[in-house]
Amino acid sequence: MTVENRGFPTRFLKLWLPLGVSLIFALFPFYWMAVTSLKSNQELYSRKVMPLVVHNPTLKHYVDLISDTGFLLWTWNTFVVAVVSTAISLLFGAMLAYPLARIRFAGAALVSFAIAATYLVPQPLLFVPLADIINSLDLGDTLTSVILTYPTLLVPFCAWLLLGYFRTVPSELEDAARIDGASRLQTLIKIVLPLCGPGFISAGIFAFTLAQNEFLYALIFLTKTEVRTVPVGAIAELVKGDVFYWGQLMAAALLGSIPVAIIYSFFVEHYVAGLTAGSVKG
Amino acid sequence: MTAPSLATALPHRRPTFSFGRWLERPDVFSWLMVAPPILFLVALVGYPFFYGIWLSLMDRPVASEGTFVGFANYIADFHNPVFWQVVTNTFVYTLVATLLKMVGGLGLALVMNQDFKFKNLIRALLLLPFIVPTVLSTIAWQWILDPAFSVINWTLVHSGLIDPPGPSWLGNPHLAMISLIVVNTWRGLPFYAITLLAGLQTISPELYEAATIDGAGTWGRFRYVTLPLMKPVIFIVTMFSVIFTFADFQLIYVLTHGGPANATQVFATYAFDIAMGGGQLGQGAAIALTMVPPLALLILAMAIYLRPSKT
Repeated sequence: MTVENRGFPTRFLKLWLPLGVSLIFALFPFYWMAVTSLKSNQELYSRKVMPLVVHNPTLKHYVDLISDTGFLLWTWNTFVVAVVSTAISLLFGAMLAYPLARIRFAGAALVSFAIAATYLVPQPLLFVPLADIINSLDLGDTLTSVILTYPTLLVPFCAWLLLGYFRTVPSELEDAARIDGASRLQTLIKIVLPLCGPGFISAGIFAFTLAQNEFLYALIFLTKTEVRTVPVGAIAELVKGDVFYWGQLMAAALLGSIPVAIIYSFFVEHYVAGLTAGSVKG
Repeated sequence: MTAPSLATALPHRRPTFSFGRWLERPDVFSWLMVAPPILFLVALVGYPFFYGIWLSLMDRPVASEGTFVGFANYIADFHNPVFWQVVTNTFVYTLVATLLKMVGGLGLALVMNQDFKFKNLIRALLLLPFIVPTVLSTIAWQWILDPAFSVINWTLVHSGLIDPPGPSWLGNPHLAMISLIVVNTWRGLPFYAITLLAGLQTISPELYEAATIDGAGTWGRFRYVTLPLMKPVIFIVTMFSVIFTFADFQLIYVLTHGGPANATQVFATYAFDIAMGGGQLGQGAAIALTMVPPLALLILAMAIYLRPSKT
């Protein structure tokens, strides 16, 4: 890496060519979403015009999406669900992580095993019994059903990530606070938490994007327009039988992706830190 | 700290006990902290898991009482050719997609481990497929692979490479599986690339210099420095990815629904069809639970692998 500077052709072959190909592969679907959503149906379903660019851009699909479907409501639902389940997950994650990071207590090994086990349980394993449980609790078609179940996917991750951050706080700080008479809870809230802000941002961003992404539970628990989230709404209501409303679907896909992409762009570094924390530290 | 609590405790019969101090005991404090989240996880992960096992032993049509049938659901699976197709599909999907993501991700990580302009921006853009809600990006892929208006086919036809109308990407059994694997790779590769890149950045440049002095070329440095040091990271990333690819649902549900004719049906979509579409909760639970033995083996391998490297 340091030695090699053998001029343009090598650098092009070893760097810009693979990067360029990767970028095109990664970004083309988003370009395609944007292009499709701006075309009129006439242009969209014509075999004569060149499809790679928009010839007569129109916002009709966006207008239709917002006025004729529950898209805005779905967006709001998605947001509420993601925010509440992220908040629950951060709270629970911190409650699990702090004792594990700092205190020797009986049963600590059991608790970390429980966290690892829940982390590795994939959703499709649980959806059948959960559907039955949600039904018998009369929670079907309520946002509560997903607000309750999403943290099961997010808590283990948040706990794991926060554990790493809690360990970075020098224990001398805590000892000093305890000698000055602070209780364990006061030490946690006043000394440790303020130092772990980046950890909470990383975990929060990660949990938030995962919650926005969730589909299976939402598909099963939410069957009415009023309570749907964007992914389920798009799949269930913009596809009618065999008829795909491609323009609206692409508009919905783009609009649904933008909030996540914006939040992510502000916190890329934290997101990457969260993504890599678990695997690199292990 | 002891003086005031002794003073207030004087009138009581057990003068040394103080609630405040009891709370400070390591076991008490820790368990008060972890109990609420643990109870939550037991109620919504542990209990459903065992309830799922119970359901899988029942003949349980939706909205009616079930009857206990023992292992009948599992035996029915065993004699069902579709089930074995599901097993094959899941393994093919998982193995090929994981291999592509691992090799491609490592390659991209190596490319990105050079110094170049706009590195952070490019890294952020490359991670987008992993960030954006899977269902939404998969809808875009479905349109890219559309039987009548596929942009891939348009491009191939107009550059004279194939005759119109071109292949039906999601209608042909083999092409449908290939398409799913490509889309899964598209989504998962950035995760590999970024985590492996973070791993690469922890390797000290001095090691490469030492290897170069010892006469190692590009391949030698990769083979004898990079790979051995990256093994733990690659292993963990791959384990996670295997688990979630094996149990993938949304990508397949959106793109092919398991079709054509079950050619891309995997455990998760098949369990969904039987339980939610067919209303056979017991049978569906049994199909989902068949994922456990292969997954448990993977997790066990991971646990064994991680133990000695504990810091």
